[in-house]
Amino acid sequence: MSKIKRKESLGSNAFLMAVSAVILGLVAGAILMAAIGSNPFSGFYYLFRGGLMNIERIGNTMATATTLMLVGLSVAFAFKTGLFNIGAAGQMLVGGLCATIVAHKVFLPRPLFLVVLIASGLLGGAIWGVIPGLLKARFNVHEVVATIMMNWIAYWSIYYFVPAYLKGPSLETESASIALTQSLRTPWLTKLFNGSYMNLGFFIAIICVILVKFILDKTTLGFGLKTVGFNRHCAEYAGIKVNSNVVISMMIAGGLAGLAGLTFYTGYSRNMQIGVLPAQGFDGIAVALLGASNPIGVFFSSLFFGILQSGKGFMNAMTSVPPEIADTIIATIIYFTATSVLFGRIWESIFKRRRKSAKEEQ
Amino acid sequence: MNHVIEMLNIRKEFPGIVANDNITLQVREGEIHAILGENGAGKSTLMSILFGLYQADEGTIKVRGKEVQIRDPNDANDLGIGMVHQHFQLVHNFTVTENIILGKEGGFILHRKSASNRIADLSARYGLNIDPDMVIEDITVGMQQRVEILKMLYRDAEILIFDEPTAVLTPQEIDELMQIMRNLVKEGKSVILITHKLAEIKAVADRCTIIRRGKLIDVVDVAKTPVSQMASMMVGRPVSFKVEKKPAQVGRVILDIHDLTVMGNKKVPAVKDLSLFVRSGEIVGIAGVDGNGQSELIEAITGLRPIDSGVVSLDGNDITNAPIRTRNEIGMGHIPEDRQRRGLVLSSAVYNNVAIKEYYHPPFSKRGLLNIEYLQEYARTVVDQFDVRSGEGIFSNAGKLSGGNQQKLIVGREMVASPQLLIAVQPTRGLDVGAIEYIHSQLVAHRDKGHAVLLVSFELDEIFNLSDRIAVMHSGRIMDVVLPSETDEATVGLMMTGIEAKGAGHE
Repeated sequence: MSKIKRKESLGSNAFLMAVSAVILGLVAGAILMAAIGSNPFSGFYYLFRGGLMNIERIGNTMATATTLMLVGLSVAFAFKTGLFNIGAAGQMLVGGLCATIVAHKVFLPRPLFLVVLIASGLLGGAIWGVIPGLLKARFNVHEVVATIMMNWIAYWSIYYFVPAYLKGPSLETESASIALTQSLRTPWLTKLFNGSYMNLGFFIAIICVILVKFILDKTTLGFGLKTVGFNRHCAEYAGIKVNSNVVISMMIAGGLAGLAGLTFYTGYSRNMQIGVLPAQGFDGIAVALLGASNPIGVFFSSLFFGILQSGKGFMNAMTSVPPEIADTIIATIIYFTATSVLFGRIWESIFKRRRKSAKEEQ
Repeated sequence: MNHVIEMLNIRKEFPGIVANDNITLQVREGEIHAILGENGAGKSTLMSILFGLYQADEGTIKVRGKEVQIRDPNDANDLGIGMVHQHFQLVHNFTVTENIILGKEGGFILHRKSASNRIADLSARYGLNIDPDMVIEDITVGMQQRVEILKMLYRDAEILIFDEPTAVLTPQEIDELMQIMRNLVKEGKSVILITHKLAEIKAVADRCTIIRRGKLIDVVDVAKTPVSQMASMMVGRPVSFKVEKKPAQVGRVILDIHDLTVMGNKKVPAVKDLSLFVRSGEIVGIAGVDGNGQSELIEAITGLRPIDSGVVSLDGNDITNAPIRTRNEIGMGHIPEDRQRRGLVLSSAVYNNVAIKEYYHPPFSKRGLLNIEYLQEYARTVVDQFDVRSGEGIFSNAGKLSGGNQQKLIVGREMVASPQLLIAVQPTRGLDVGAIEYIHSQLVAHRDKGHAVLLVSFELDEIFNLSDRIAVMHSGRIMDVVLPSETDEATVGLMMTGIEAKGAGHE
């Protein structure tokens, strides 16, 4: 009984805070639209219409959300062990590069091919994540510094690798397009979603949400990781190996970001541009924050951000509102999420007052 | 008689718990008024309400007969209420003067000279013996506490609240503090003393308000009330102060420490060529003033600190360089000195905290999967057996428990695992007499089961009460190992300061 009650109060609290942050972010966006002389109602109408108006747009929204979901999971997972993975962008690039190489060079029956493709993305990201983990464990190099460095190593490596080995027929700045049959796109999904970018990556992301939730809540691995994240001194005292948990956590976080790269470069875009650090690597931090580092929370927040991301172009086309407004809304939401402690207090005091007045009425 | 503080019919609820249920506290002008209660009885909550850290759900507060609203500590300050917290709030690389005037600088230009003169005056007047120009990190804990007192006096506080002030002090410092409190009331201040140490109440307090489980039990005149009566009012049943124990049935050596040298944080040896053994069926107590290498010794034995030279073995296994988990598996339990930093994951539920050392093996988990039902069931037995009280039972976060209940939780976790060697560092710190009685009897029971217990305590009472042998430690060395029946507290107290006992030297 008490268990159920507790779970509800805890869950609803985080949920309430997230919703408050979203609403305030939208209100701030509305004020901004009004300030530049646009009609906020039509702005929001087209923003959400752009993300959801037909089956094709919904597919695009889901495909956008897929990458964000996986990066969000990556950041959230590292958070749980007390690590700040700011290197998801680099891990995405390396995971995506490995997957792109496989997509161009490996020819196997489709099911086997998909396994190899997914494994390559996972592995590439995991390697890129495990290096900062090892540096942290061995030499106490702060993971924020190390992962940012790794981002730029990935960025410049790809800058040289892609034109040298994966060059497209016409352009110097991007890899050759991956054949549809060698990508995560699949005819029945493309048909179902009316030719959208929707691809198998979405299912990979869903499976990862479930898997991460399972690892964190139900396994000894998750127990150890969370203990290290909450209080490393106590973990050490209890005989949990802090350093190996840091390495494992960064490896898994990197792997998840690598999968994000896989879905983005071999599902969503089907080629790799050079000289671009994927913005999703950083947007994922916002996804994790809004989702309270909870896998289910990450699922919903990535869908929400997916709508904003894929709707902003349509909003721009239909109204005079610039697409940057959507980014501003996202930024404001992050701002309010970061100050969510404040909402907790406000809600608490409102509820308390209500309870008190109810008591007085009795 | 004038009441300087009146808290009338105070009620405060937290989720799942009524911390204060219709409590009334009346403090007379110029008295030392003690508040006595078990851990989690609601003492700290009541004082936090008076100091403006919490708001009461119901009830009124009057200061000098006038009803007041105390919304935050600033309001309390303005009303002349000051509080010495259990954990000091000082900036370590600032001087005494700078710490005291912090927040009260007054204007743009710092009048450090005049402030420091005033502090010197106050210090002399109340017998605090503090040099205003000393830097905080260079002075002792006892002096830091006196700086906190000065801070309140500097702000013209008339009512001084002391929250468990003696928890961090040595016996001598406690005596000095008692004298300071007497000086304070002599100068017309009023003192509220929160404690569960009856001896201190007996020594200084005029009246005592006793609280049990959030309810007011009685207000007694300390001089006319025997200690045993106050204790039973606080706990709700008669309490015995003496530990009942049979003579030790000593067996084989469980913990053997040979020529151990351990570096301290400042890269100088904190433990020097130390040898000591603990056999099954006995409790060995390490007596010593805090900071004489006890922490480093315990960390070295438990694997939290690397060993420079020497050998440690546990039940015949060389564990000098063994990982902590190996030590646990051979059979080592550890009640750590710092319960919040080492002992618990504060932001995690009680049932996770209970399983923190054992989660990785059956029946807690199987093939990497946690058996959460078993975890919870196991936690329930620990919580029930050790009477750990919390708002939501085993689902409460450990951080939500009161200090005493956190300690009971750790003690429970370590004892239920029934280790061959139990290392107990200050196992009853911050506990009330009822809980101390229980934990002492459990430590003896653990010994009687044929296990070894190594006890570190800064309270000589506890050492004498429990130990079968006493090892006196001073500056990283064992001065001597003595039998409690053949020595007394004065002799051991002297050895603790580094003076060798007459005729000693059998090592």
